[in-house]
Amino acid sequence: METLHEEITDEIRAILDKWKPKEGNLIMILHGVQQRYGYVPWNISKFLASELSVPLARIFEVVTFYNFFNLEAPADYKISVCTGTACHLKGAPVLIQGLKKQLKISPKAQYTEDRKFKVEEVRCVGCCGLAPAMVINEEVYGRLKPEDIEPTLETIKIEETS
Amino acid sequence: MEKLTLKTTQRYREQQRAVIEKRLKPDQLTGGQMEVMVCRSTGCESIEAKRILERLKKVVNSKGLDDKIHITQTGCFGFCEKGPIVKVLPENVYYVMVKPDDIEEIVEKHFVEGNIVDSMLMEEQQGKTGRREEISLFKKQMRIVLRNNGRIDPESVNEYIAVDGYTALEKVLNGMTPEEVIATLKLAGLRGRGGAGFPIWQKWTNARKAIGENKFIICNGDEGDPGAFMDSSVLEGDPHSVIEAMAIAAYTIGASKGYFYVRAEYGLAIRRIQVAIDQAYALGLLGKNVLGSDFSFDLEIRLGAGAFVCGEETALIASIEGERGTPRPRPPYPSISGLFGMPTVINNVETLANIAPIINNGGEWFASIGTETSKGTKVFALTGKVNVSGLIEVPMGTTIREIVFDIGGGIAGGKKVKAVQTGGPSGGIIPEKYFDTPIDYESLNSLGSMMGSGGMIVMDEDDSMVDIAKFYIQFSVDESCGKCAPCRIGNYQILQILERFGKKRGKEDDLEKLHDIAFAMKKGSLCGLGQTSPNPVISTLKYFPEEYNEKIRKPKIVQTK
Repeated sequence: METLHEEITDEIRAILDKWKPKEGNLIMILHGVQQRYGYVPWNISKFLASELSVPLARIFEVVTFYNFFNLEAPADYKISVCTGTACHLKGAPVLIQGLKKQLKISPKAQYTEDRKFKVEEVRCVGCCGLAPAMVINEEVYGRLKPEDIEPTLETIKIEETS
Repeated sequence: MEKLTLKTTQRYREQQRAVIEKRLKPDQLTGGQMEVMVCRSTGCESIEAKRILERLKKVVNSKGLDDKIHITQTGCFGFCEKGPIVKVLPENVYYVMVKPDDIEEIVEKHFVEGNIVDSMLMEEQQGKTGRREEISLFKKQMRIVLRNNGRIDPESVNEYIAVDGYTALEKVLNGMTPEEVIATLKLAGLRGRGGAGFPIWQKWTNARKAIGENKFIICNGDEGDPGAFMDSSVLEGDPHSVIEAMAIAAYTIGASKGYFYVRAEYGLAIRRIQVAIDQAYALGLLGKNVLGSDFSFDLEIRLGAGAFVCGEETALIASIEGERGTPRPRPPYPSISGLFGMPTVINNVETLANIAPIINNGGEWFASIGTETSKGTKVFALTGKVNVSGLIEVPMGTTIREIVFDIGGGIAGGKKVKAVQTGGPSGGIIPEKYFDTPIDYESLNSLGSMMGSGGMIVMDEDDSMVDIAKFYIQFSVDESCGKCAPCRIGNYQILQILERFGKKRGKEDDLEKLHDIAFAMKKGSLCGLGQTSPNPVISTLKYFPEEYNEKIRKPKIVQTK
């Protein structure tokens, strides 16, 4: 994993200022960091550790415990396939297979080689009525069939080139 | 904005009620007047509800109908599978699976010419009037928790106040003692809706009596069950009802600070709660001297970060404290020593949404609904292989058959129903032969399942029970926090065995091993997650042993316990 060095912005300082006086602030600060960078960068973790006067291990134990936090920089397109029970029953595993095949990602991997796309499994996204569903970046696609994968990915690629 | 006081709220409420009066009494809509509601909960929102709302406003405006037609956003109507949904009063019809391009037609044919667009109604309603009372999904339902969902704009405190919102808080601050609040809840018989069903009055009493410098009230909105979206719908559709209840709880136990713990994945719910909190502060419904009384209450949101175990109350507390979400042994219970070591009440979203109606209507009223041991209603997220999936609320004591067939419209594609799963990864599978069991906490437990938070997933003849059990165990393996060995090792060992069955390579002694591991986990795990996670395996083994047996390499009939 290559380590990126991210700039410590005013935004991050503002988050720290807001939360520092409050008890139990670490998770809320990490949310702010992830929202800004899309992940929790290594150098920012070190910065937080010194600002909050806690060991770096304390930050890492929390980041690695919770699924929501990432230590790797995000892909341009994050495709989260819901694997909640309703989606599982209605064909989420087939969707994942299809997506990975289309994007040429090996079954155990998550990223495409150019790190443009990431296919991940997530637990319930809260629209079980639309099962099976996936989320591409922020947008939800529901009531999917395996044959929908190709056209959906095509639209994304067209949007990107235009 | 001027802050409300106990003296001025009633007048303010009357003013607000006048604004939306015709939506509440549709028979007063005359001369082409209409109230149009667009669902904007996660389900519908993800498929263009926002664009539909914008388009509606634009088209209505361009036809010069602004005076007659009032358009608003609301929370979930209940039949999420058919979204996006647009409801029109006074006709009381629901247009389903609406696309932005359909709007012109609806406005022209219905709003201008007065003819309902038949082709856009639910299939079962086509050729009929399409009115709410004829829709099978609504039959047998009773809405207490979801009373305002689909009725008011969740981002408007004024609309909540107009439908008697904050009257319960007013009543309490106007002279009910904490003891009277607790007595009302005791009479009502309200039990926790998060899963275990602990009596609420008891929890509140313990925290009230506990001694602490500070006390806290926490709303548990960490709805992690895969296949459940009840709490998110309440938070998105009626956030003020939960805030009001938290204030009442705080007053009762003597807390001055509350936390909303919500899953970070619930972006829309988080936004709506924040809007609601800000509005409540602005009107003096939160903050210092609530409604001009001596009672002060602050509320803030804390986000989860994707850990199922944080639905367990001691793990949730650790998470708010900024730690890894691992549970602690109980006792001491959080009501004695909880957040930051202080007495803390943690209630689930649905539980809290019941509080205001109970205070307003009295404990006897609530106790008259439901069964001997379980009072009131229960919200279920009905999903899976059922014809109409969605969000439903039924009185306790309704049977599973009524829910699946009368409300859910039976099984999709003419298949045969096999079972339902309730209680998520902690619950069990209930086969069709027990569908006539009235639902309450005790009956579900006796069937080897549990109420859980309210996911109800319907399975048909094509679904393999071994596969379902494996699915849930995989979930528990991923979500086990790893603190105690029975849960960490037990789930993994069960998964290994189930993987063998998946490949039709089960061994003869595997079934006994499954039972042994499950027993050890039930007895030895630290928290509810570990204690209940073998339930999907135990219940499928009990009810569908043949599905396991046929996956054993040398077929042989094995008698399970």
